[in-house]
Amino acid sequence: MAEIALETHGLTMRFGGVVAADRVDFKLEARELRCLIGPNGAGKSTFFKCITGLQSPSEGEVYMRGIETTGWMPHRIASLGVGIKTQTPNVLDSLSVHENIWLAARRFHGSREADRKTREVIELLDLGAISRNGLGRLAHGERQRVELGLVAVGDPWLILLDEPAAGLGAGDVERLTGIIHELNRQAALVIVEHDMQFIRSIAETVTVFHQGKVLMEDHVESVMSDPVVRNVYLGRKA
Amino acid sequence: MPGDLTRDAITITLVTGVLIWVLPLIVGTYTLTVLAIYGMLGLSLGLVWGFGGILCFGQAAFFGLGAYAYAIFAINIGESTVPMILAVLVPAVFAAFLGALMFYGRLGDVYLGVITLVVTLILFKVINSTAGPQYVIGNARLGGFNGIPGFPTLNVPGIPDAYIWGDRYFQVCAVLLGLVCMLVTALLRSSFGRIAVGIRENETRMSLMGYDVRARKTAMFAIGAAIAGLAGGLFANWAEIVTPNLFSLGQSAEIIIWCIVGGLGTRLGPVLGAAGLAYLKFLLGQQAVVDNALVTGLVLVLFVLFLPKGVVPALSALWRAGAGRRPRGRVRQRRRPPRRERLNG
Ligand SMILES: Nc1ncnc2c1ncn2[C@@H]1O[C@H](COP(=O)(O)OP(=O)(O)OP(=O)(O)O)[C@@H](O)[C@H]1O
Ligand SMILES: [Mg+2]
Repeated sequence: MAEIALETHGLTMRFGGVVAADRVDFKLEARELRCLIGPNGAGKSTFFKCITGLQSPSEGEVYMRGIETTGWMPHRIASLGVGIKTQTPNVLDSLSVHENIWLAARRFHGSREADRKTREVIELLDLGAISRNGLGRLAHGERQRVELGLVAVGDPWLILLDEPAAGLGAGDVERLTGIIHELNRQAALVIVEHDMQFIRSIAETVTVFHQGKVLMEDHVESVMSDPVVRNVYLGRKA
Repeated sequence: MPGDLTRDAITITLVTGVLIWVLPLIVGTYTLTVLAIYGMLGLSLGLVWGFGGILCFGQAAFFGLGAYAYAIFAINIGESTVPMILAVLVPAVFAAFLGALMFYGRLGDVYLGVITLVVTLILFKVINSTAGPQYVIGNARLGGFNGIPGFPTLNVPGIPDAYIWGDRYFQVCAVLLGLVCMLVTALLRSSFGRIAVGIRENETRMSLMGYDVRARKTAMFAIGAAIAGLAGGLFANWAEIVTPNLFSLGQSAEIIIWCIVGGLGTRLGPVLGAAGLAYLKFLLGQQAVVDNALVTGLVLVLFVLFLPKGVVPALSALWRAGAGRRPRGRVRQRRRPPRRERLNG
């Protein structure tokens, strides 16, 4: 059996009366690419935050490569070799592209090696022309790409991306697809997305969230053609 | 990077050297000494706040602790070297505990401000109420609001009889300020400093990269306190008395104003802000027409309104605008020769 990169058992998150994640059992194999979809408020981001340590789940457990990481702080989880992009852009706005990526590289390498890794990633993501610019002045698509660079430079074996294609133009999405395939050669990925076309172009297995629960988990084509999933997306009663 | 550091070190050495030589021709060394000490104190908060992103309302507490630690140990030990080291260590250790408490407790920025403020107030009250003869540490009477006078002042290390005072003492303080500037420069160029600036920018991102934000902020806080403590120890030697007023909220507020006026996020700004405003205060102190606090307040308001980033960032923006034209000219000149070659060939 292949190694399990990420696993959750009965992961539950309550906010007062709202159950944002409801007994979620999730399993991701090494180097698997999984898309997470679901209507707004389905609990995808909450599930993400419980895995990444940005929130502590009310109940349930999280395992990464067999290590229980439930309730760990984000820096410990990231230190395991987990790359994370949150739904809202999280970058260092007044610092340069180079400095942003260098800081991410420095966590896992010495200063010199971090310089080299940074150059490599800047080349890979085609950020050379803007590498000295501050992040605050960049276009949305470029900022997204830099954030992917931050994630990639640490050579993670598990990558969690919350809506990486949100707000991107067609050209940028195409580029993103390429980058994701590149990352997938080394790492397992979980990608939350709304953009169906994009999902079709990258996904094999898709997990559908609805009202905090896993509604279904199947091959992308079966999910897309499923009447229940369609109803959920259109807001009808399933 | 190491090349840049060498260049910075040379610049700081030259500037310090020239200032030690020139400034006494204009201002008395007694005044200059305290300006240098305040410059160091300003730099301590400038580092923690401007680069570490930690707004501390109690930087005066570390300054006061440094001064008291010096006075108390100098009385007990009878020479100055060990007390001076303790003036650095005592506030640093205190800040490490306080910082750990705050940062590991995941306190928000507002509470951080409140706690540092309250701790300063408590220290002030506690020291203030130690007037009775029962409050002694070794041979040192704490003296309450009267403070502690009459402790041995700075001597040449290892020779307790060779006191350093007057012009010499000014030179020592100025050189130490230069050294602290160099240390801060080296720190900011190091990975530790760059990571600290990243944390100032976005704590969540830095922790998602795998950095333990709590530990790093605690360390930064303690380093700032160590520098403030050194300034405090030097101040004790200058004033030859330490009083609870060192811990006053007024003193803390002044340090914050120095940083704002001089320019946050720069090394030079807080030093200049401190020295400039303290000198202004000194000049105003020699007349009785306008109130001192009023002028300080007015300066702050004017800066917030018209120069919110402070003096140094404004000057360096001007400098860059002026220098920006020259390099472009140079690039043009460099491009010409290849064309000529092509014409020739
Ligand atoms: N911190 C919070 N406090 C209270 N309720 C919350 C909190 N975070 C999320 N929720 C609620 O939990 C539910 C799930 O939200 P979540 O952000 O996980 O949805 P999502 O699937 O990511 O949606 P979207 O596609 O819009 O990003 C929502 O009803 C939301 O209002
Ligand atoms: Mg979401």
